[in-house]
Amino acid sequence: MDELPIRSGDDVVRVRQQVRVVAAKGGLSLVDQTKVVTAASELARNALVHGGGGTATIEVVTSAQGRSGIKVGFADEGPGIADVDLALTDGWSSGDGLGLGLSGARRLVDEFELTSKPGSGTSVVVVKWSR
Amino acid sequence: MERVPILKIGTTLFVSIQIDLQDESVVRLQEDLADELVATGARGVIIDITAVEIVDSFIGRMLAMIGSISRLFDAETVLVGMRPAVAITLTELGLSLRGVRTALNAEKGFELLNGSA
Repeated sequence: MDELPIRSGDDVVRVRQQVRVVAAKGGLSLVDQTKVVTAASELARNALVHGGGGTATIEVVTSAQGRSGIKVGFADEGPGIADVDLALTDGWSSGDGLGLGLSGARRLVDEFELTSKPGSGTSVVVVKWSR
Repeated sequence: MERVPILKIGTTLFVSIQIDLQDESVVRLQEDLADELVATGARGVIIDITAVEIVDSFIGRMLAMIGSISRLFDAETVLVGMRPAVAITLTELGLSLRGVRTALNAEKGFELLNGSA
């Protein structure tokens, strides 16, 4: 498992590159690699901008049915999200963005788990399976 | 942070993005293009994203904004060379890039700007 820091814009680029490498290793098609890299880019930026930085963990996983895939986790120790359902709504934004980052990232992956509490940071774990 | 070079070809500004874009680079490109449009009086902007492996919501929004900014300087922006995987992902993400014209490649982008398409 790779663990990468997210402290700068350069780190976000490095996370994207590593997610691409591991997604290819996990047997994902080019389109699916692009989807999971894009989702990772959104989530890494969130960790940096809203969480004040954090870490990404990236690994190849295998399902109970023997399918391979990639699992990427993001953790920050920022202010957390008060209303997770609201934050996952298309078009809802805490800043001046389009509000597609979190909701869009969820659409691009097969599994999406967000844990957050105000004051104790945010953790997002996503999985994308090969087809 | 790496900067994206801007080439002037006739009355067009041509930008080929060959780096792994980080947010600061796209913001910088936006500012550099606005300055160049004023300095050169160019009538068109072509942004070649053939080498760009992902466009996420931030990068997409910045590209759309470049289109809007160019229009304020009486210039048209054409985005060219989008990879199929990027197009599929952008659409699923929910980003439509309204306000930016697209063409398959740089040659067709120039044709579009010169009115022969």
